[in-house]
Amino acid sequence: MSKRLDGIAASNGIAIAKAYMLVDPDLSFDKKTVEDTDHEVKRLHDSFVASTKELEVIKQHAVKSLGEEEAEVFEAHITILADPELIGGIEQKIKDDHMNAESALKDVTDMYISMFEAMTDNTYMQERAGDIRDVTKRVLSHLLGVNLPSPSLIDDQSIVVAHDLTPSDTAQLDRQFVKGFITDIGGRTSHSAIMSRTLEIPAVVGTENATTTIKNGDTVIVDGIHGKTVVDPTDAEIDEYQQMAAQFAKEQAEWGELKDTSTISADGKHFDIAANVGTPDDLPAVLDNGGEAIGLFRSEFLYMNSNELPTEDEQFEAYKKVVAGMNGKQVVIRTMDIGGDKHLPYLPLPEEMNPFLGYRAIRISLDQQEIFRTQLRALLRASNYGKLAIMFPMIATVNEFKQARSIYDEEKQKMVNAGQPVADNIEVGMMMEIPAAVMIADKLAKYADFFSIGTNDLIQYSFAADRGNEHVSYLYQPYNPSLLRLIKRVIDTAHHEGKWAGMCGEMAGDQVAVPLLMGMGLDEFSMSATSILQTRSLMKKLDTTKLHELVDQALDAESNEEVIELVKQLKTE
Amino acid sequence: MEKRDFNITAETGIHARPATILVQTASKFGSDVTLQYQGKSVNLKSIMGVMSLGVGQNADVTISAEGADEKEAITAISETMTKEGLSA
Repeated sequence: MSKRLDGIAASNGIAIAKAYMLVDPDLSFDKKTVEDTDHEVKRLHDSFVASTKELEVIKQHAVKSLGEEEAEVFEAHITILADPELIGGIEQKIKDDHMNAESALKDVTDMYISMFEAMTDNTYMQERAGDIRDVTKRVLSHLLGVNLPSPSLIDDQSIVVAHDLTPSDTAQLDRQFVKGFITDIGGRTSHSAIMSRTLEIPAVVGTENATTTIKNGDTVIVDGIHGKTVVDPTDAEIDEYQQMAAQFAKEQAEWGELKDTSTISADGKHFDIAANVGTPDDLPAVLDNGGEAIGLFRSEFLYMNSNELPTEDEQFEAYKKVVAGMNGKQVVIRTMDIGGDKHLPYLPLPEEMNPFLGYRAIRISLDQQEIFRTQLRALLRASNYGKLAIMFPMIATVNEFKQARSIYDEEKQKMVNAGQPVADNIEVGMMMEIPAAVMIADKLAKYADFFSIGTNDLIQYSFAADRGNEHVSYLYQPYNPSLLRLIKRVIDTAHHEGKWAGMCGEMAGDQVAVPLLMGMGLDEFSMSATSILQTRSLMKKLDTTKLHELVDQALDAESNEEVIELVKQLKTE
Repeated sequence: MEKRDFNITAETGIHARPATILVQTASKFGSDVTLQYQGKSVNLKSIMGVMSLGVGQNADVTISAEGADEKEAITAISETMTKEGLSA
């Protein structure tokens, strides 16, 4: 029977291989008195020789993967093993005290470790204590006949299983042999996850108990696309995953070629594919996946990862990093969207019956203006480093937008008067996520430079269905003609007023919705970075002249399901 | 017995890579090689011994070799001292 372990999908791809447990073995031993000291001395010498050999291999790998300088630590370990005083001291102890080799080794190395650790005025020497500890561990493993795993010793196709991977572990992984990895802890942004994406090795992290469930040599499937692992898979499971892997490899090759190309449909129309990001750390993924802009930078992380309101300087640094990092490509930053399901420990909000319909986002910003003004000043300062756009969330009325915009204008004017530089090309737009706003989009377009459709909230507010309530989850109907009509209204109105319309909800990267949105003429599609290449690949194949008819049919359909069928037919044609 | 005095000019004293190379050089010879510093003397073939002395910049040390290849040992060690920038 196969076992399944779910975790977090850290790096795309599928791998099937034997597990290599990168877990420290049990190195405990008993202190014993020995009669045959010659035998004990021989065991000691043999373990030193074996350890040296092993370190030579590790060192060679490290030179190749890390470079000479980084590999020097292993040279230092070899020199320690060659130290006549060290091995001589241990040998003496075995002979004089009739100790077993394990205890004698530990006594002597402990003496050196405490000596080096005591050199408090010399951090270099203190660090050498760590080297002695590492060497002792290795010799001990040979004395006890257990395997001390090292990423460098992997010389066969393997899936590395570890509690967590340190930077030096990942640096030693040989891509030729390491086909995937699984860890107990970590999330999408932990070191091991980031490295797995850099190395393009499929990985599942945060499985909680991989190291206790999987045994050395078990066959394991890593499905880094869905965050799943299968231990001891059946033949049918192996077949299924091999097919999935082949399909994925084919698509990857196709998508990879699209990284540096622009998004142009089969009939030559250009669209922008942008990314949604949550923190400045997401930036490399945007660039790696060929994002043409950032369509939504959620500023909430600044407020949520903190014990107090973020200062203007803190915010400025974060905004600047993203704006500058995109090298002149547009970055749309949304002002604080707190409330609803996001709360701050230091900013008490009233208990509400319906928080999603309550005091949140722009409603707080307009009420507690100091918070809003601080954010706007930080944004204005960051505008000098690239192409910034600012977007207000949860606008329901023209008056709200005018108020928010006039506060922005005031802060901008103050900075100009004070002689502080501010970019003169900042666009100020709004989220379209409330049906009331959609119906007066023509009025809003007089004041807003652009609209960005937030589909998750627009769906929940249009269908009057709480998106977290499973009893009404059937009302999450992104392709329902009612919603498509709202979306089309936003796009048409924007274009009529000479403005652009984007979408920054899940739907923008949805493979069923994309043909419909292209047919409606949506200008910017903003999605998770990892969806960009797949979507670009789809968009290049579609001819917008043929999509207008599809849109007409979809708008005239009766249900969500009917629209899905229509899109399916188009794809199989 | 062959002896030579050195003044350590390296900013970081005898440690890290130069120490390893000094030990490796001494280990090539059959003679007993010792390093003396502040009245203490250690086996120059022992990395732990050398490092435990904590020889810093401006230290005056004496290296002595005794055995069949003592002359060659001292010559080689002197060369390493210069090459590794430990002593002028």
